[in-house]
Amino acid sequence: MIKKEMIAMLLAGGQGSRLGVLTSKVAKPAVAFGGKYRIIDFPLSNCINSGIDTVGVLTQYQPLRLNTHIGIGIPWDLDRNVGGVTVLPPYEKSTSSEWYTGTANAIYQNLEYMDQYNPDYVLILSGDHIYKMDYKIMLDYHKANNADITIAAMPVPIEEASRFGIVVTDDDNRITEFEEKPAQPKSNLASMGIYIFSWKVLKEALIALKDQNECDFGKHVIPYCFENNKRLFAYEYNGYWKDVGTLSSYWEANMELIDIIPVFNLYEEFWRIYTKNDAIPPQYISSDAYIEKSIIGDGSEIYGKVVNSVIGSGVVIDEGAEVYDSIIMQDTHIGKGTKVYKAVIAEDVQVGDNVELGVGEEAENVLKPNIYNSGLVTIGECSIVPDGVKVGKNTAISGQTSLSDYQDGQLASGGAIIKAGDNV
Amino acid sequence: MKAIGIILAGGNNKLMKELTDKRAIAAMPIAGSYRCIDFALSNMSNSRIQKVAVITQYNARSLNEHLSSSKWWDFGRKQGGLFVFTPTITAESSYWYRGTADSLYQNIDFLKSSHEPYVVIASGDGVYKLDYNRVLEYHIEKKADITMVVKKMDDRTEINRYGLVAMTEEGRITEIDEKPLETNLSTISTGIYVIRRRLLIELLEKAAEEDRHDFVRDILMRYKNIKKIYGYKLETYWSNISTVNSYFKTNMDFLKRDVRNYFFKEYPDIYTKVDDMPPAKYNYGSNIKNSLISSGCIINGTVENSVLFKKIYIGNNSVIKNCIILSDSYIGDNSYIENCIIESGSTIKANSRYENEGRIRIVADRSPIYY
Repeated sequence: MIKKEMIAMLLAGGQGSRLGVLTSKVAKPAVAFGGKYRIIDFPLSNCINSGIDTVGVLTQYQPLRLNTHIGIGIPWDLDRNVGGVTVLPPYEKSTSSEWYTGTANAIYQNLEYMDQYNPDYVLILSGDHIYKMDYKIMLDYHKANNADITIAAMPVPIEEASRFGIVVTDDDNRITEFEEKPAQPKSNLASMGIYIFSWKVLKEALIALKDQNECDFGKHVIPYCFENNKRLFAYEYNGYWKDVGTLSSYWEANMELIDIIPVFNLYEEFWRIYTKNDAIPPQYISSDAYIEKSIIGDGSEIYGKVVNSVIGSGVVIDEGAEVYDSIIMQDTHIGKGTKVYKAVIAEDVQVGDNVELGVGEEAENVLKPNIYNSGLVTIGECSIVPDGVKVGKNTAISGQTSLSDYQDGQLASGGAIIKAGDNV
Repeated sequence: MKAIGIILAGGNNKLMKELTDKRAIAAMPIAGSYRCIDFALSNMSNSRIQKVAVITQYNARSLNEHLSSSKWWDFGRKQGGLFVFTPTITAESSYWYRGTADSLYQNIDFLKSSHEPYVVIASGDGVYKLDYNRVLEYHIEKKADITMVVKKMDDRTEINRYGLVAMTEEGRITEIDEKPLETNLSTISTGIYVIRRRLLIELLEKAAEEDRHDFVRDILMRYKNIKKIYGYKLETYWSNISTVNSYFKTNMDFLKRDVRNYFFKEYPDIYTKVDDMPPAKYNYGSNIKNSLISSGCIINGTVENSVLFKKIYIGNNSVIKNCIILSDSYIGDNSYIENCIIESGSTIKANSRYENEGRIRIVADRSPIYY
C-alpha cells in the first residue's frame, strides 16, 4: 500500500483582492516576486527541500497562470512516480456541487486525495507567504510533543497583533487560548497559517464540520479541535516570514531583497528556491545604462537608468528611461525617456515614451483607498499606457488605455482607470 | 521529421589552449548562459528531429554532465530520444574513435536500427540557428547524394583552419580542400551534412574495410566525383569556436544588438540546461557598460564590454574590461582585469592585476578567498 509519512496541502485558490489590479487576471500565488519567481515557488521549494514530495495544490480563482506554472512539477523535482504535485480544482459531484467555500472546506472536498497516500500527518500551507522553512523540524517537534495539531507561530509587535490570529501558550508551548484578530491581544505570537495535523484528527474534524458554512481553519477547525481537548502546540519560528497580501507589504518584501546583505537571502547555496524558467538568455546592459542597488532577471535589456528596483525577466528599459523604487514584472516595456517613481507594474505592460509615473502630491485613492495607498502606482498585466501622459500617486491602471482616458494628458493622484479584469 | 541526428562532439584542439583542459569544445560556455552544443541540439529539436546521438570522446565528462537529462531540449520522448555514445570496448573493437568516420562506424548499429531515411550530421562546435528541414528539402530537390552546408567567409584571417569548397553555379561541389596552407577559395564547410541513411552505412562500411577513418578526407574528398555532393549556402550567422580568438570573438558578438535579437528574441529559442540561480544583483558602486550579465551574479564594481557567465562575484572598486568570465568565479576588491578569459571556478584575490595588450590571456587562478 502507498504510504507517505507527511503530505502537504497548499491553499492557492484565494483571490488576493488586496493586491488590486495585480490579481485581476491571476491568483495571488502566481504573482511574480523577486525578479524571477512567483509567490508559490517559496512554499513549493520549502516542501521539496524539507523532503515532502507529495503536494496537493488547491486552486480556484483564475487558475490558468498557476496551472501553467506548476505543470507536472518539474522545476521543483515534484514530477514523481508516486505522489508529486497535483493541482486540485473544485469539481462537480453527483449530489452536491460547490466551489471551495473556505480553507477547510477546500481540504474537506479533497479527503479522497489525501486518503490515497495513507499519511500520518498532513501539512496545511498557504500560497501567499515569502519564507524559507524546514517543515521536517516542525514535524519532529510535533512528534516530540505527541501533538494533534502544531501551529507555526511567530512573535509580532504587540501593536500589530490584532491583525493576526493569536495563540496563547503555557510554558510547554501548549496552546491554552486561541483568538482570531483580537482587539486586546493577550500574546504576541501570531499564527502563520502553517499547520501540521495528525491525519486522524484532521479527518475527524473535517467530517464533523462538513456542514459548516465557509468552513475555515482559523475560525472553525482549530477552535473545534481546541474545544475537544486535542493537544495543540505552537511552534515558534523566528526566521524571515512575510505575508505579501497587501500592495505595500508586497512592495516592501521585494525591496528588502536589494539590500547589500538581505535578511532573506536568495544567494545562499543552502535551501535553493526553484522556479519555472521562462527566460534563459543573459541580460544586456548598454553603454548608456546606469544601475544601482537593483536586481534584474534573465534576458532583460537595460538602456536607461535603474535605481532601487526589482526588474523581472525579459523586461526592456529603453534609452533615457529612469526607474526608481519600483517593481517591474516580466516582458514589460518601458518607453524612451519615461520616468517611473515607486510603481508596481505587472507582466506584459507597454508603457509609452516620455510617460511620468508616480509624480505629484499624494491623494487618497477614489476607488479603494485601503488597497491603493503608500504612494504606489499599480498597473495591471497586459496594460498599455500611451506616450506622454502623467500619472500621480496612489493610482491604478488596468487594460489598454489611450490618451483620451487621461484628462488633460494626466491621471491625478488617487485616480484609477480600470478597463480590464474582474478584480479592481 | 524524416531524419535522425548525429552531433560530433568528440574532438579537441590545441588551439583552444588551457580552455579545453577540463572540457570538450562542445561543452565550451557561450553567451553567458549556454554551452556550444546547445545550438546544435536546439536546432535538432526545433527541426523536429526526435532521435539524436551525440558522439563524445575527449573530456566526455563535461558533456555528459550537461547532457545528464534530455528534457531541456525537449528530447526524452517515447519516440526517439537523446543518445550519448562514448567509445567502449566491444567484441569487435577495442579502439578509441580514430576519426569522424570511425566514430560513426563504431556506432553503426544505431544507424542500422533506425528507420528514418535520412541522417543530419552536425558538429558540436558551431554557433548558429538552422532549420535542417530547409537543407533536407534542398537535398531532395537537387537529388543529391550528400549535401553539405557551406558558408562564404569574407574574413580570410583564419580561413585555413576550415575545410574549403568550390562549387558550380547550381551548387554541385567540385573541389574540397581540408585545412590547406594556401588557398584562393573562400567558401567553407560548416561541418553540417545531410545524407541518406543507407548510403551513409554503405560508405562507412567501405571506409572501414580500407582502414580509413576520416569523414572528410576518406569519404567526401574521395567520392566527390563519383557521388553528387551539393552545397547548401548558409546566409545567416554562423561561427565556429576552435581557437581562443574565435571563442572570444563569438562571445563578444553577442554584445551586438542584431546578434542578440537573432538568437535570444527570434523564434525558435535556443535551449540549455537550467540551473536555478537567482536574478543578478547590482549593489552600490556597480557600473556596467555594454555587457552581458547572467543570473546569480553579484556586482559591486565596474564591468565594461564583457560577458559574465553565471554566479560571478565582482568586488568593490574592481574593474573588468573586455573580458569573458566563466561561471562560478570570484573577483576580489580593487582588482583590474583587461583582455582576459577567466576560467570557471576561479578565485582572484583582492588587489590583483591581469592585463595583456592585444592578445587574450587565459587566467585560471585559484587563490583562497579572503573576505
